[in-house]
Amino acid sequence: MRDPLSKKVVGIAPSGIRKFFDLVSEMPDAISLGVGEPDFDTPWRIREEGIYSLERGRTFYTSNAGLKDLKIEISKYLQRKISVSYDPDSEIIVTVGGSEGIDIAFRAMLDPGDEVLIPQPSYVSYLPCTVLADGVPVVIPLQQKNEFKLTAEELEAAITPKTKILVLPYPNNPTGAIMTKEELEPIAEVVKKHDIFVLSDEIYSELTYKYDHVSIASLPGMKERTLVINGFSKGFAMTGWRLGYICGQKKIVEQMLKIHQFAIMCAPTNSQYAAIEGLRNCDDEVQQMRTAYNQRRRFLLHEFKRMQLDCFEPFGAFYIFPNIQEFGMTSEEFATRFLEEEKVAVVPGSAFGDCGEGYLRVSYAYSLEDLKEAIGRLGHFIDRLRNQD
Amino acid sequence: MEDIRKQILKYLEKNSRVDLGELAVLMGTDEVTIANEIAQMEKEKIICGYHTLIDWDKAGEEHVNALIEVRVTPRRDQGFDKTAERICNYPEVTAVYLISGGYDLLVTLEGKTLQEVSRFVSGKLSPIEDVISTSTYFILKKYKDHGTIMFKKNKSERMLVTP
Repeated sequence: MRDPLSKKVVGIAPSGIRKFFDLVSEMPDAISLGVGEPDFDTPWRIREEGIYSLERGRTFYTSNAGLKDLKIEISKYLQRKISVSYDPDSEIIVTVGGSEGIDIAFRAMLDPGDEVLIPQPSYVSYLPCTVLADGVPVVIPLQQKNEFKLTAEELEAAITPKTKILVLPYPNNPTGAIMTKEELEPIAEVVKKHDIFVLSDEIYSELTYKYDHVSIASLPGMKERTLVINGFSKGFAMTGWRLGYICGQKKIVEQMLKIHQFAIMCAPTNSQYAAIEGLRNCDDEVQQMRTAYNQRRRFLLHEFKRMQLDCFEPFGAFYIFPNIQEFGMTSEEFATRFLEEEKVAVVPGSAFGDCGEGYLRVSYAYSLEDLKEAIGRLGHFIDRLRNQD
Repeated sequence: MEDIRKQILKYLEKNSRVDLGELAVLMGTDEVTIANEIAQMEKEKIICGYHTLIDWDKAGEEHVNALIEVRVTPRRDQGFDKTAERICNYPEVTAVYLISGGYDLLVTLEGKTLQEVSRFVSGKLSPIEDVISTSTYFILKKYKDHGTIMFKKNKSERMLVTP
């Protein structure tokens, strides 16, 4: 039989998280700090709207780009949150989670050989999605001394005549880093100077602490150059509903819509109806979740400091990214031993790029009680490692 | 950013058992600030007490809760206050509210048995001079109390590791 597979797909390495997931699955009694989704249930009023939409028989396709009411609410929401106005009719597509946005953006914008700049550590999809769209991924390794923010110098150094898109993943999974307006401004200047585009993945935009989220699309001359990805998974605790959106200038949106139309048709209908309620009436619920995450974030930072674990203060998402280089192990070794010896799952930083080596992604999408238990075990583990020397 | 007082209150409203050191960590401040704020709010009667939410059914205690609607003749200058304050004095009364709508006071009552509650209503509450009428409702089951859901929730179905 001839080879049934595409060399391009076979050449993509499986997600480093997958390996760890399999390991943890064999330990049903393990506790976990390893998830990338909220521990909160979707706010009840959103779930109820989902139920009502089914009861009313809203079980048909919607228009390709999404329900008009939802797009109007998204437009109002973005105006309110990031001060950028998008035309609901021509500049917004409702997608199957934020992930679909990554895919259709690359496919709509890349020709073979075009380079995509991907700062790492970052979410696992950017690199494979670039390859699938025949682009060439170019990794920018970020540094702890800059708190894993992208600097204009790092960006400038990575740009070539083939560079087409910069991925800007802030607030960041896995580091928890955010970028302020002052830090984005020099990035925007470099982007404009070299005439490239930005894919700004802002899926964690609701979850920032101390500083409000700022979108690079809100900076002068940047709306036309930026595609903003956002969605309901993180801020609204709606991961399983698979609902996100991508916004940008009409010319790009038209082409992305073609791909979405032929490959997906439309985002889930009842999720779309439910999300309208989320945007209209859930500010309080979102604020309550944000407050709880912030308290847990402070708790973990305090505990890591007490354990003298090297860690910068993250101001976004629900992750902390401690440095474990002092133990002389790879992050995968550390995470595996921690799982085997203390039955706690964390994700090795290396799963998010080579420069994540030497770090762990610790999620605080857990109750304070769970966090206390897990951190207690981390304390034991670290003490044991340090006393061996 | 919410001010520190509001943050403390919101936390204590759900969990008053937390120790000061931990509260300081969660609020991003120091223990002295927390202790001072709480002491000050106790003094100002913003914090009026610390209670425990108990499922008495599970504790195996005979226990009856009742809601009583009370219609009252208001008095010149005093309105409903005199009668309401009088009702408050009974230890078995857990709450007294002035209510808009078809009646005037809502009284919540805690007793050991139905008879005990009935005796209170007929022997103590109804005979009060300005009380016109009462209607008593016994609570059969508490599904949610003080913001806490009392029935068992399903276990989380989240996977252990996700990107």
